[in-house]
Amino acid sequence: MKLDARVPSGPLPQKWENFKKDQKLVNPANKRKFRVLVVGTGLAGGAAAATLAELGYEVLAFCFQDSPRRAHSIAAQGGINAAKNYQNDGDSVWRLFYDTIKGGDFRARESNVHRLAEVSVNIIDQCVAQGVPFAREYGGLLENRSFGGAQVSRTFYCRGQTGQQLLLGAYQALSRQIHAGQVKMFPRTEMLDLVVIDGRARGIVVRHLESGKVESFAGDAVLLATGGYSNLYYLSTNAQGCNVTATYRAYKRGAAFANPCYTQIHPTCIPVSGDHQSKLTLMSESLRNDGRVWVPKDPTDVGKHPNDIPDANRDYILERLYPSYGNLAPRDVSSRAAKRVCDEHRGVGPGGRGVYLDFADAIRRQGEPKIRAKYGNLFDMYQRITAENAYQRPMRIYPALHYTMGGLWVDYHLMSNIDGLFVLGEANFSDHGANRLGASALMQGLADGYFVIPYTLGNYFASTKQDRRSADASEFKAVEAEVTGQVKRLLSVNGKRPASEFHRELGKVIWDNVGMSRTKQSCEAAVSKIRGLREEFWQTVSVPGTADNLNVALERAGRVADFLEFGELLATDALLRNESCGGHFREEYQYPDGEAKRDDEHYTHAAAFEYQGDDKPPTRHQEPLNYETVKPAVRSYK
Amino acid sequence: MKFTLHIWRQANRTAPGRMETHAIDGITGDMSFLEMIDLLNEKLLREGKEAIAFDHDCREGICGSCSMMIDGQAHGPERGAATCQLHMRSFADGADIIVEPWRVGAFPVIRDLSVDRGAFDRIIQSGGYVSVNTGGTPDGNALPVPKPHQERAMDAAECIGCGACAAACPNASAMLFVSAKVGHLGALPQGQAERSERAKNMVAAHDREGFGHCTFYGECEAACPKSISTEYITQLNSDYLASAAKAVVKG
Ligand SMILES: Cc1cc2nc3c(=O)[nH]c(=O)nc-3n(C[C@H](O)[C@H](O)[C@H](O)COP(=O)(O)OP(=O)(O)OC[C@H]3O[C@@H](n4cnc5c(N)ncnc54)[C@H](O)[C@@H]3O)c2cc1C
Ligand code: FES
Repeated sequence: MKLDARVPSGPLPQKWENFKKDQKLVNPANKRKFRVLVVGTGLAGGAAAATLAELGYEVLAFCFQDSPRRAHSIAAQGGINAAKNYQNDGDSVWRLFYDTIKGGDFRARESNVHRLAEVSVNIIDQCVAQGVPFAREYGGLLENRSFGGAQVSRTFYCRGQTGQQLLLGAYQALSRQIHAGQVKMFPRTEMLDLVVIDGRARGIVVRHLESGKVESFAGDAVLLATGGYSNLYYLSTNAQGCNVTATYRAYKRGAAFANPCYTQIHPTCIPVSGDHQSKLTLMSESLRNDGRVWVPKDPTDVGKHPNDIPDANRDYILERLYPSYGNLAPRDVSSRAAKRVCDEHRGVGPGGRGVYLDFADAIRRQGEPKIRAKYGNLFDMYQRITAENAYQRPMRIYPALHYTMGGLWVDYHLMSNIDGLFVLGEANFSDHGANRLGASALMQGLADGYFVIPYTLGNYFASTKQDRRSADASEFKAVEAEVTGQVKRLLSVNGKRPASEFHRELGKVIWDNVGMSRTKQSCEAAVSKIRGLREEFWQTVSVPGTADNLNVALERAGRVADFLEFGELLATDALLRNESCGGHFREEYQYPDGEAKRDDEHYTHAAAFEYQGDDKPPTRHQEPLNYETVKPAVRSYK
Repeated sequence: MKFTLHIWRQANRTAPGRMETHAIDGITGDMSFLEMIDLLNEKLLREGKEAIAFDHDCREGICGSCSMMIDGQAHGPERGAATCQLHMRSFADGADIIVEPWRVGAFPVIRDLSVDRGAFDRIIQSGGYVSVNTGGTPDGNALPVPKPHQERAMDAAECIGCGACAAACPNASAMLFVSAKVGHLGALPQGQAERSERAKNMVAAHDREGFGHCTFYGECEAACPKSISTEYITQLNSDYLASAAKAVVKG
């Protein structure tokens, strides 16, 4: 397999300019002859579908929810970064680039990240023009807040609902194109396979969830913008429907899956309260602007009411360990700090898995109304779930799975190793290395959709011979038959165990063994346990009903079946990466103070896995990461 | 806690539906309403019976997927909350609970508790946007927006498009939904150019979809998980009249 990143020539800040200068263009009159299949209409896919349609391409867009407005992006709370430097506090494209590279623990591709920082400024302008109601100062100008891993204030936000407002902006732009007849939208439609003929992505096979009908669509390019795979862990902050099916099935058709073990654990989530729980709720990281993280110094104090523990007996962990970033230390670092103190039996709340996030000082300093104005909806959400009032006693928080940096491998053009298959947003692996900084996933999704793919896809069409196949071709029919076969197989097991039960067990295996920290033994244990579970699944899963109507148990079982295979790939990657970096923490590789220890000599590369068959191990390929501009350093937030 | 659930079952759009009764035990107060249905579904699957279909995704009150009439109230008894944010501690132990889909002609039931809300998408498609293409937009700070205007826009923009307003309205009117989008964009300078056209087109689309007329019962605001105010409907009416007046002047 050839992994050519196709990075344009020239010095880093000129690469994107050079690409645009050299790109080939499609004649406007010819654009309508190209059909683009966009799978997923969250921020990345929604923005791409709208923009490509505006340019004149024929767009077919798919999502599994009943409306594109409901994609998981809707739930993002905190904000979106951009190098606008409106605060005059020393921000620049370079600084955003550098923070992102460093935040990613020097495991991302420089050229992609620099482009991301460059176009970040356009995103804000675009969204403002669409009517996204970003927070404003009294003078009417845009307001910013700070996020983890940065010493400047560059995060734009809409109360605690930034993702919602950005997605509605993209959704409305998409709706306008649907109205204009440029986009045909297929909601409640799930992509179940990719069709590759002669090495090129030619189309997809979907199942219409309401009618159960399996159908093929042919196009000139396929864009996957299907989001991340955090739900492999069962409990995560992601929406229930988030899954790995589209990208995993593309992997089985030859697309390389890169760095699956790079997963992000978010430090500020509401702790687990019981087995019945179906998801964990995130408390936005923006809370760490004003909240102070602490636990009792003495394990015997953990049962006390927090307000009865005097300051002298509290350990403000992040302020102590990372004085220059304090409570705004990056996510991976903060999460591990929380885990460590809980392992020392200093955790609070049920099961001892929690730390306090305390607003008492901020309330004293700024007054309750100011705190309410900034975070009111988050405090309400917290109270609804825990029945506790965070204005009066500190919140309890604990890390939870939140985001996945790994994804399908893409080059600078966002094209996978399969010709004509492009991957956008959280579904690809491109920009965040081994750890993502807060407020940069929204930025990446919109950058990919609004400002990158419209250029790189045009270049692809202009430089490749158009050769669209018919969806009636035998190759499509063969894939359709496989999809139908898998559906039938699920329906015919006739077991007694719901798929959700396997999902819960799988999640526990993965969280315990390949979660916040990993070892060689734990990764190996995960692989063997997952194999056992998978076998059991295919013997005992219960999927009643039929294939020809809305069957929620069938949908769930299909997604769990893919997670049961994909989990093994993730654990394998974690096993083979013998270093700690970002979200991937191997206990064998750490400094005496517990910080992650990279091995730049052997692991400054992206690992891209190539599927070899169900009972053969995948091949691990490497894309070396050449740091031409930045010198990888020990990542310190002290 | 234990409950007796009476749940609407319907095989597809055209099949007749009926209520089905299920006893459920072992529920705790910190479970969400949907987690209770999950538990019931797991039980059904273990018995080889089909799971109850319902829409849900984010489970934190923001995606607008969940949509249940609970004891005749859209999203149940708690104010300012979607079904997924409703916790079982809001119910008395041992209660009978009636669970139905939205009952609105414009939202046909597709199965059990799942309805087709495509009508809302089509209303947005008729004009719920600012007509700008990607690229070539002015700097974000080029046009200052007074904070109160931005706050007013945001209050309306919070709408999650769940359909509770129409489900709660005795006339099955979705005017709160329409007015929230018109109110959001109308409060911002970016939305001015198309302001009256937008109101006109969206109201026309609303009527075409078969939603009823608004006669100000106010049930929508009470059911809205985001507590969006009916003030926006008043504003919509004046935008709509302005567009009608313009049409007369032109005509
Ligand atoms: C609670 C929470 C808060 C967050 N807050 C922030 C924040 O403040 N700032 C920030 O930058 N990031 C934040 N993130 C991360 C960010 O929201 C996501 O990374 C980002 O929105 C992903 O966008 P996307 O377009 O790639 O995918 P998604 O929004 O997940 O969209 C995926 C799309 O793919 C479709 N799809 C998936 N599979 C299939 C299939 N098989 N067939 C058809 N369609 C399919 C779905 O229907 C959907 O339309 C947050 C994440 C969470 C969980
Ligand atoms: S499931 Fe998203 S709002 Fe209820």
